[in-house]
Amino acid sequence: MKKFIFAEVVEIKHMIEDIYDMYVYAPEIAKNAKPGQFAEIYTGLGEAILPRPISFCEIIKEKGLIRFCFRVVGKGTKHFSEMKKGDKLRLLGPLGNGFEIPDAPQKSIVIGGGIGIPPLLELCKHLKGEVHVFLGTREEPILVEDFEKTGAIVHVCTENGCTGYHGYAITLVDELNIPADMIYSCGPKIMLKIVSDWAKKKNIRAQVSMEERMACGIGVCCGCAIKIQKKGEDDWHSLKVCKDGPVFWNDEVIW
Amino acid sequence: MNTSVNIAGVCFKNPVTTASGTFGSGKEYSEFFDLGRLGAVTVKGVATTEWKGNNCPRIAETYGGMLNSVGLQNPGVDYFIKNDIPFLRKYDTKIIVNICGHTVSEYCEVTERLSDEDIDLFELNISCPNVSAGGITFGTDAKMAETVVSEVKKYAKKPLIVKLTPNVTDITEIARAVVSGGADAVSLINTLKGMKIDINTRKAFLANKFGGLSGPAVKPVALRMVYEVNKAVDVPIIGMGGISNTEDALEFIMAGATMISVGTANFANPYATVEIVDGIKEYMEKNNIKDLSEIRGIIE
Repeated sequence: MKKFIFAEVVEIKHMIEDIYDMYVYAPEIAKNAKPGQFAEIYTGLGEAILPRPISFCEIIKEKGLIRFCFRVVGKGTKHFSEMKKGDKLRLLGPLGNGFEIPDAPQKSIVIGGGIGIPPLLELCKHLKGEVHVFLGTREEPILVEDFEKTGAIVHVCTENGCTGYHGYAITLVDELNIPADMIYSCGPKIMLKIVSDWAKKKNIRAQVSMEERMACGIGVCCGCAIKIQKKGEDDWHSLKVCKDGPVFWNDEVIW
Repeated sequence: MNTSVNIAGVCFKNPVTTASGTFGSGKEYSEFFDLGRLGAVTVKGVATTEWKGNNCPRIAETYGGMLNSVGLQNPGVDYFIKNDIPFLRKYDTKIIVNICGHTVSEYCEVTERLSDEDIDLFELNISCPNVSAGGITFGTDAKMAETVVSEVKKYAKKPLIVKLTPNVTDITEIARAVVSGGADAVSLINTLKGMKIDINTRKAFLANKFGGLSGPAVKPVALRMVYEVNKAVDVPIIGMGGISNTEDALEFIMAGATMISVGTANFANPYATVEIVDGIKEYMEKNNIKDLSEIRGIIE
């Protein structure tokens, strides 16, 4: 049986802009969680009733901790950002499928855009072989040191040029033209589409973590539908980001 | 103490069911609790073939509620018969199958296909605001509503509930029409047609522009309509619209509902239905109520 977890906030701090960094004690979730999966965090608010799906930034099994790195975009995330150490949040998870990670070492390119960056941190901790991470943000980059600690080669890209490469992450990926066996990406849909097109051009398969507005998070409401045509199928079907995803193969998404 | 209720000869162990589209066919929620604790599971709308639904975004949160424009995405009647009926039959609960269609003949076809299957009741959805043909166009015109109900009734070998839309001037007129067309019961309300605008992109938030409003925000409207319909027709009512807790459920029963459906609350709290089942029992014990008929429709 699935159960709510009442998770205590162990640490919460403001990162930059409207982004917050929060650690919660949820050993039941940490035990089974995989990179790319998420939890529904329930607001407990009367005016904003739907739970918020937030991906795991880090899964620290030995301490029973889950790290969420989230942006305040509405009433729910604002409420979470106002949590204090010791407060409890109602969580459901792990949810979704997560990234496929091969056992054998491979050359990986990891591309994150904006608040799509955090879920890729836990992924990088698991990837074997050479990993190039491209972190794209409008202004200040986030989690750079955390990614460096995983042993990955980190490329910072900012749209305003305040630091690192001045431009989009995918432009730098194209310029450097690093060979790879697999691409992993999370970020705005428009970025994922460009990543997917680039991956197709280079004949590399890409795993893209998608986002859609969802209500339930458990595959019931059909709110977060995405058009997917699996190999061998003659037509596309509406699959659910929350349950069939959030990670999909780029060549199965009808962009 | 008797929590059981009866609709068109079908006996339910308690008055709590689920609003179509908020509970799938129960599989996901069976991971939270025993579906046998519910009076019935009302499944997501079933059509003749796979419906792929509308473009995204399909969901927008609003103050105390949400808008959806899912568009009745469903895998079709064949899938439902093969997978969902055998699954639900493992549980000691009744099965209410919500039927959707674009045309009268589609409604009839799904009904006919399911009539000899192991289900308990039909719920005819003539009230979805999110499909361009069928759905609500039948539910907002009394004559058309009566016609589609009487046609579907010819194929329905199980009792027929008709689900009503609140997006009309006078819901009692439609309620009378569907009863005269042969409805054994009515369920109400479906969602209220609404809209949200993203001021940053200066566009409608939902890809479909409009969506159906549900959740606590609609409850007073839904309750008023259940009360009105109860005064207007003699068939049992399944009341719904923003029911999130026991108090809400009891209000609907006092307004005249025989059963109540929990919808959007399932998203905010997967245990909402079973909490209400327990809550109603507690209320009955505390207030020495032997049978729900003692409080049903008690409001003058």
